[in-house]
Amino acid sequence: MQIFLPIADIPVNVFLVLAMGLAVGFISGMFGVGGGFLMTPLLIFIGVQPAVAVASVTSHVAASSFSGAIAYWRRRAIDVTLALTLLAGGIVGSAGGVALFTWLRALDQLDLMIGLSYVTLLGVVGVLMVGESARAIIRSRLGKPAELRRPGSHVWFHGLPLKLRFKRSKVYVSAIPVLAIGFIIGFLGAVMGIGGGFLLVPMLIYLMRVPTATVIGTSMVLTFLTMVSATVLHATTNHLVDAVLALILMIGGVIGAQFGAHAGQRIRGEWLRLLLGLLVLAVGMRFAFQLVVRPDDLYSIRVIGGGL
Amino acid sequence: MVTAALAIAALLAGAAPAAAERLIASLTNHHVMITSNYTGVELVLFGSVERDAASAARSGSYDIVATVSGPREPLRTRRKQRVLGIWVNTASRTFVDPPSYLAVLANRPLEAITNADNRRKLQLGIADTPLPELINNDIGEVSNDPFRAALVRLMRERGLYSEEANAVTFLTPTLFRASIKLPAQVPVGDYTVDVKLFADGNLVAHTDSAFEIVKVGFEQFVVDAARDHGLLYGLATALMALLTGWIASVAFRRD
Repeated sequence: MQIFLPIADIPVNVFLVLAMGLAVGFISGMFGVGGGFLMTPLLIFIGVQPAVAVASVTSHVAASSFSGAIAYWRRRAIDVTLALTLLAGGIVGSAGGVALFTWLRALDQLDLMIGLSYVTLLGVVGVLMVGESARAIIRSRLGKPAELRRPGSHVWFHGLPLKLRFKRSKVYVSAIPVLAIGFIIGFLGAVMGIGGGFLLVPMLIYLMRVPTATVIGTSMVLTFLTMVSATVLHATTNHLVDAVLALILMIGGVIGAQFGAHAGQRIRGEWLRLLLGLLVLAVGMRFAFQLVVRPDDLYSIRVIGGGL
Repeated sequence: MVTAALAIAALLAGAAPAAAERLIASLTNHHVMITSNYTGVELVLFGSVERDAASAARSGSYDIVATVSGPREPLRTRRKQRVLGIWVNTASRTFVDPPSYLAVLANRPLEAITNADNRRKLQLGIADTPLPELINNDIGEVSNDPFRAALVRLMRERGLYSEEANAVTFLTPTLFRASIKLPAQVPVGDYTVDVKLFADGNLVAHTDSAFEIVKVGFEQFVVDAARDHGLLYGLATALMALLTGWIASVAFRRD
């Protein structure tokens, strides 16, 4: 069944988009990530303009992370103070990201920037994840105990001024690095159409020493708040959010996420991280390939003055 | 009196004085509505050549060239180049309001219908359609421009520009029909259809028609909302996301 998307200005098959939502939702539920880094490239692949894809995926990620956040809220696994501090940085970051997005679009370099950011970010994160999880798997195969994280070792930026006590996470650190992390996540989310969960979780665990128990729930709260603000900002500045597209993606996404979460519980943590790492790496490679290989057509055209 | 009436008739026909053929053409539909199940449409152009006693005797048959052009909007053609190992848009040209849709429909190849001189004068065919570029705040035509060639090629690939030598069919020597294919990605707006009648390589009559493509109902509502009430639209979309997320969490609640 074909449906005409009013903002993207193309007809798409509803079931294809729904299936994409389900598949990405399954993966996001399984690994506890938003899935924007998969959804945006998929939409571009089926012919949605990159700008519309990025802007519309923000609301899709908002929906899936909100349903996740509710589940974690019931389990009291959310650190509200931490989420709000991250959000303060995140909103400023989103605004900056949307501004950069608008500027790059005017310069004809948006597609390049999206491609480069994907390659860099996914490449680095993918390699780190695969390396870490592979080591963990080898270690457990050899029968050695899991590596114990050195407890509470302080890093210089923990001691910066504006110290805050994050009660539920049981950490007492400066708000400045927390705000900075929020800024980075918000900025990347707006430019790349990703929730940033796969970046935020390791940052909070390794840099801020936040316990794993509260990390995922808090990350989900931040993701949905930044994605909500990114949706509103994209809608007001670029007018490129396709609500029809977003709704189809959301419905598929939230349903898929439920099944994914179920499947994820049956797989061991390090294997899950290895799979996610490989997936992240594969998407990064796909973008790298596109940038490096001579394109079929050196020319491209763009209507000046918005997608409407 | 009689001469005056003849002169008026000639004016009405809009034809060269030597010929008195009249060209009548009509479209099957003047309003194309884009609804949520829109996947492109095909319009039919019908027409007939009317002859009267004053019409000159024609040795050959008639030829028809119909040019459909869509709303004009500025367009930029960009070229990628390898910079530090990756492909980047480095050069670009801005085209001043080229038609967003251009279909040239004829009953046989344009070269066979009339000579190069006439084609250029009448701007017949894609090759002879002016596509002015912006060059240092000046507007001009660039001949043999690779950017122009790329624009035409890309628009052809998208089905937005086309030139078909067999799109017009003569049902009788004076009655013809042509189909105008509008793919799904054609922009909304006003379209003009210019129909020219040729005989023995000369233009003998022309007429024009128009149609418009509009988004209606829900499609139009969404576009208007997104453009004119960005903030409200954004908030509504965000609310929709939260609602979907909430419904899912209630529907699938296991604990």
